[in-house]
Amino acid sequence: MVEQTLRFRDDEPVGDPAVTVDAFADQSNATAVRIEPGDDARALLPHLDRLALVEVNFPAYTDGRGYSAARILREHGYAGELRAVGDVLLDQLSHMRRCGFDSFAPNQAISAQAAEKAFATWPEVYQKTVDGRPAIWAKRHPA
Amino acid sequence: MKIITGSDLRTGDVIWWTGEGWSRHVNDAVEAGEHAEAIIARENAKQIVTDTQVIEATRTDDGVRPAHIKDRIRALGPTVRLDLSLKPADTDAGTWVI
Amino acid sequence: MYQYDQYDQAMVDARVAEFRDQVERRLAGDISEDQFKPLRLKNGLYLQLHAYMLRVAIPYGTLSSRQMRMLGDIADKYDRGYGHFTTRQNIQYNWIKLQDAPDILADLASVEMHAIQTSGNCIRNTTSDQFAGAAADELVDPRPYAELLRQWSTFHPEFDYLPRKFKIAIIGSETDRAAMKLHDIGIQLVQNDAGEIGCKFYVGGGMGRTPMIAPVIGDFVPPLQMISYLEACLRVYNRYGRRDNKYKARIKILVHEIGADEYRRQVEEEFKHILTLGLEPPAAELERIKGFFEQPGFDANASDELDLSDPDFALWVDQNVHAHKQPGYAIVNISLKPVGGIPGDATADQIRLMADLALEHSFDELRVTHAQNIVLPHVKKADLYGLWQKLDEAGLASANLDLIGDIIACPGLDYCALANARSIPVAQKISERFADLGRQRELGELKLKISGCINACGHHHAGHIGILGVDRKGVENYQLLLGGCEGADTSLGTITGPGFNEDGIVDAVEKATDVYLAKRAEGERFVDTFRRIGMAPFKEAIYAKETANG
Repeated sequence: MVEQTLRFRDDEPVGDPAVTVDAFADQSNATAVRIEPGDDARALLPHLDRLALVEVNFPAYTDGRGYSAARILREHGYAGELRAVGDVLLDQLSHMRRCGFDSFAPNQAISAQAAEKAFATWPEVYQKTVDGRPAIWAKRHPA
Repeated sequence: MKIITGSDLRTGDVIWWTGEGWSRHVNDAVEAGEHAEAIIARENAKQIVTDTQVIEATRTDDGVRPAHIKDRIRALGPTVRLDLSLKPADTDAGTWVI
Repeated sequence: MYQYDQYDQAMVDARVAEFRDQVERRLAGDISEDQFKPLRLKNGLYLQLHAYMLRVAIPYGTLSSRQMRMLGDIADKYDRGYGHFTTRQNIQYNWIKLQDAPDILADLASVEMHAIQTSGNCIRNTTSDQFAGAAADELVDPRPYAELLRQWSTFHPEFDYLPRKFKIAIIGSETDRAAMKLHDIGIQLVQNDAGEIGCKFYVGGGMGRTPMIAPVIGDFVPPLQMISYLEACLRVYNRYGRRDNKYKARIKILVHEIGADEYRRQVEEEFKHILTLGLEPPAAELERIKGFFEQPGFDANASDELDLSDPDFALWVDQNVHAHKQPGYAIVNISLKPVGGIPGDATADQIRLMADLALEHSFDELRVTHAQNIVLPHVKKADLYGLWQKLDEAGLASANLDLIGDIIACPGLDYCALANARSIPVAQKISERFADLGRQRELGELKLKISGCINACGHHHAGHIGILGVDRKGVENYQLLLGGCEGADTSLGTITGPGFNEDGIVDAVEKATDVYLAKRAEGERFVDTFRRIGMAPFKEAIYAKETANG
């Protein structure tokens, strides 16, 4: 099955297959890992500098653990590709982007055009997250 | 008997399958027969009805009576606002649901 | 009151546009009901027994007269001339058409209102003390903090798909009028020995299937770290709250299963990390918001004199009017519980009248209470008599606040798709049984709360007398609970025994009140007597077999 990946990065995609978090701990040369909802993203923190791709799986869009996993990785400085895979729907894209995802491999294809529209849903944001957008409170009180 | 009910997608009105279309009155409901699932699939696809389901009912002298109180309240309207129910003139209509 | 700036307005406007697009796609058949349902729920639009129901957020229960008037106009224009105020300080409309919903949201946005996150497994509308900014016993006005919370929780990207819904309440008085300890998070603004203000965090309370009183997790969080602490509390919950069973998914189960100490340890660890990220709005933002909640221009010479020669007026003042911190002013409670009425319902005309009265007599402000009543927070005592007369003419002067007639009831099986039994007819029959106001006052403070299913929207666990409707083989049946209480002495009610039918439950309530009248000691409320003498005497009276000679 060829899955369509929407990618919002300029670097070259990683060719390596993503391994499980358990397997990753045993393979010192792996550069891509896949997080399941029950995995602890913090287990990856000591290895961020050798990671180039983290896939976060959403078996069901209603399981929101992946949003926290993504933010934790970004908050600790992970700069590689962060990909949401699985039951990733149009109406979740904007929040996922805000939590640090920069690529998407949805089960059901989403057009690049529709994705761009989804990212533009909110003209402003109330919270500071990891996407660099200034929160409304920061705009109200410029430093 | 088994009858099909649902809600009008646009208005949210409670509706019942009449064999040919949909009615707001439970007494218009007909036995769904063995093709209930096919009818539901076909009608859902038209995007005019939602939350469709097959429910149990009996035909009495007064008409069709859903087996469960929830469906009888759906068929009548809120018992505490009979003025907004399908029988606004019948002050005793609420007893039918019990 | 808080007023939107261009940023706040842009957010609600964007939401209206988004939902309009989603409804159009649904009506055109571009998206299925399965895809659409979560989208409409995020806008408070449910499909109930008779039609769509729209739940509109009333942030921390606070409204201007312009907003209140819009709620009345929406009831007329899009519904059937009435609305239902809920136990979460919101309003629900029962007869909404899907095709009208985007227009309703647009009308709401025009008065700085919305229906955002009034359903779904996300952070719901924050509730608060209905006497905020007016109560004589207030330490800090919680509303600026509640507004900060509203903004932080609105479209929070990390916490939109939590294990289950999440409800926060915040208060700033010693007296808890918001059932704060029965929320996922309850925040009490407190003062330490040095005179500083801090947030005391209660986490893991709730009602529903497994009621629990929240333990203290954070003793004293500085106000300028409140958002960071919330981020930590929510993140631990989002990562570790149970997702395998809907009935065990609320945060109370997580806190209960791992223990308050372990939950606290995890939150503290996360909190330490989050404090390094600079997520907290600056002090200037809290100050900006506080500016909207400055004391209204009270008349410093207003008199405390009150002519109580009209006995009906005197009764109403005694029961429904509460002490205000400003001399010469009072807090007015408008009971939406007339004898035989539907608790929490108000007609469009009544809603608009209350809006007018707020504009004229209460510095343009109203509050909705979790007991499904309305408050005019700042009324000059000299205006009370005229105000009361206007309320009385409109059927809004029931003098039964906190009495047995002031019943909380969920919509129940008359409207709600989740309900197992009707709540409203039981409330009506009880209020009719106890219609005599003298009898109600003799019974004193008695909080009676009715839920039509285990989800406990009618707060039955927290009622001095609680009633839970259940489905027993297709027949409505009602369980009786005694001894629940909200506030500083929060407790959960205990089931008396076998359930009753609709008339039986009314009789059982009456028998319980008879036991109280016979056994009470000086100054005891119903719940105090219950706590002192226990269940046995009540049970004996309630289940006693009728003898031949009565």
